[in-house]
Amino acid sequence: MRIVAVPARICTVTGESFRMVLTLVEREIRDTLRDWRIVWPIVVLTLFFPALMSFVADLALSWVARYGAPIVGERLLPFMLMVVGFFPISFSLVVALETFVGEKERKSLEPLLATPLTDAQLYLGKMLAAVIPPLLAAYLGIVVYLVGLYFFKGWTPPLALLMLIILLTTAEGVVMVSGAVVVSSQTTSVRAANLLASFIIIPTALLVQGEAIIMFYANYGVLWWIVLFLVVVDIVLVRMGIHTFNREELLGREIDELNLASLWRTFCGHLRWERWFCGLDTQKMPRWLRWVGTLGGLYGRDIPAILRHSRLALALVALGLLFSAGIGYAFAARYSLPPDMLKLDHVSAATFADLPSVDWLPAFTVGGVLSNNVRSLLVAALLAVFSFGTLAVALLMAPLAIVFFFVAQAAHLGYNPLLFFAAFVLPHGLLELPAATIATALAVRLGATFMSPRQGTTVGEGWLWALADFIKVFVALVLPLLALAAAIEVHVTPSIVVWAFGR
Amino acid sequence: MIELNGLTKQFDGFTAVDGVTLTVAAGEILALLGPNGAGKTTTVRMLAAILRPTSGQACVAGYDVVEHPREVRRRVGLLTEHPGLYLRMRGQEYLDFFGRLMGLDAAECQCRARELLARFGMPEAWDRRMGTYSKGMQQKMALVRAMLHDPAVLLLDEPTSAMDPQSAKLVRDAVLGLRHHRRAIVICTHNLPEAETLADRIAIIRRGKIVALGTPAELKTRLLGPPLMELRLSHATDGVVKLVSGLVSVEAQGEDWLRYSTPAPQQTNPRLLQTLASNGVGVFTLSEAPRSLEDVYLRVVEE
Repeated sequence: MRIVAVPARICTVTGESFRMVLTLVEREIRDTLRDWRIVWPIVVLTLFFPALMSFVADLALSWVARYGAPIVGERLLPFMLMVVGFFPISFSLVVALETFVGEKERKSLEPLLATPLTDAQLYLGKMLAAVIPPLLAAYLGIVVYLVGLYFFKGWTPPLALLMLIILLTTAEGVVMVSGAVVVSSQTTSVRAANLLASFIIIPTALLVQGEAIIMFYANYGVLWWIVLFLVVVDIVLVRMGIHTFNREELLGREIDELNLASLWRTFCGHLRWERWFCGLDTQKMPRWLRWVGTLGGLYGRDIPAILRHSRLALALVALGLLFSAGIGYAFAARYSLPPDMLKLDHVSAATFADLPSVDWLPAFTVGGVLSNNVRSLLVAALLAVFSFGTLAVALLMAPLAIVFFFVAQAAHLGYNPLLFFAAFVLPHGLLELPAATIATALAVRLGATFMSPRQGTTVGEGWLWALADFIKVFVALVLPLLALAAAIEVHVTPSIVVWAFGR
Repeated sequence: MIELNGLTKQFDGFTAVDGVTLTVAAGEILALLGPNGAGKTTTVRMLAAILRPTSGQACVAGYDVVEHPREVRRRVGLLTEHPGLYLRMRGQEYLDFFGRLMGLDAAECQCRARELLARFGMPEAWDRRMGTYSKGMQQKMALVRAMLHDPAVLLLDEPTSAMDPQSAKLVRDAVLGLRHHRRAIVICTHNLPEAETLADRIAIIRRGKIVALGTPAELKTRLLGPPLMELRLSHATDGVVKLVSGLVSVEAQGEDWLRYSTPAPQQTNPRLLQTLASNGVGVFTLSEAPRSLEDVYLRVVEE
């Protein structure tokens, strides 16, 4: 009998379960604090370094005051506050990167995996254990720095600024640790994990540099947005970590072998579909009629099943489109176009004939419009892979926001917005919008698979599955719809626009 | 206590365990023998609900390993191939940590841990950091960890590897002492005399499949043929072979000894002795020629 391999993931950690998480956290932290190579930098970075910073800050303030630049000193103090908070969390990576893979190398992981701990408890326990000591060190460092500054200069930060720095430090710490724990649970050696850590260190370094610049401009509102962004990334990474954590993979995989033949077989398997046609036995069909079963299986069974499976992503994209319509209207209300920019009374067939001369627009031919749309959707799919699907939605929202911006502008200028929408967008949009929505939803799945792979599959298998679904739907459904929409856009829409608005 | 039905595990198209079906009753000790890479550790990991079977079923202590992995892990004590201790911890902290994860309260855990450490002759391990233990002590500490929660199923992967003979004997005695009418024990080992000493039944696994299963005596009979008897005489064997050829088939002979196999030694041997006595042939000894489990194992593995 075939067992349906559904992993028992328990994502809610409450009561008794949380006690087990704490047991793990306690052991990990005690073990960490027994390593002098970790404790020594903590002491230096939390006690000595912040004290030094407050002393340096005092000197710097006196120095810049002599040259009549007190504003530099004023901006320096919050900046250094951020730095003393960030430095201790930088070594959280050392602990986090070896949480799982280090235990695996020391052969102590299997006994732990044999306990009743669930995957979620293991992941959360390890993550908390890696993040708590550096964060406490960071808070202590901030306190030492502030106490020093209070005694040297009598300076205390505004409460909002202090909250901002604490939240920023916390969010950065969680981002680094949760990312490192994901890396640690997906690699087979500490060395590989350290190499992959560049993908965490480089973006974080760039972010901190950006924050430093913003700090010197005292544009704290932007930093609050960065906090919000980091919190979202935290949630995404923690969710991704819990969903991709797989004790079997962790224990079973000895080397990072890339089995291309196996990957190709898996991918081809997902690309196939069963023949079907109205319940008939397609095996008994004459050979020259087999294509009916092939098409019947694809359009009658396979694509509907893929769309059903993608309904959450479809709903998400639809929500994004609604939101983009709102954005378009909101911008139209704030930024009105001059009346002569949108003179629809002058629209004629010649207007559309002149369109190819506009450099930044694709050629207004069926091929031009189609290739532009296909290119955009493929780029969106590519970006989705690197952004957990978010950039694909953003890329679809942008043109739709522009469309609704113009619909709202038309309304401001006295045109009927419904007629504007019906004439300019609806004829080809009836096909183009669903096609783009479906393609984007499948692109979202390509990115979201990393966070939440299909149950019973690894991240790699889940991604290949999502890629096969994307290719099938794109070729069999999206491409024909886009081709038809392009033909309507070039040959039908202009006539309707001229009929509705022109002379 | 343990029921496997067509248990299969594949890794990227490679079949590590191929349709294993067997049961281990409560009170029974089963030894899993096989060459390196035969699938022993993978089988044990599936029984411990660490790996999910690709197909088939495994029921351990009444719980399906796929449906109820946590319940299975609560009831299983696993001694892994490597001790895998946290070397910076003291024995006391280590056992307290695993005891808490297994649901024991502190007092119960301490009592049980001290008792087990005493049983394994290492009470001093309680306060020492595990990094200072010898290899044998580390292995014994891992065994204590596996037995800490008094599990209904004990899975021991190479329990005496890296141990000196005295410690190995201590562990073997402890395993025999753990035999309980409510507990099933599975031992993976390369040590064939150990398997023969400890196990009620032996399963030989090769390329993921069980190729032989039975008690040591059953396996020897099945794979090496009927028992081989060795007859030692008080003088040379001249004429004796001819004398007994009607009763048994002589397989080898020396100056004053001969060996014969017989499917029913209880009936054959008295008749043979009677014949020899009546013909004035003096018998020095008659005993079963030793046949080791190693012979059985090599026969199975080489086939």
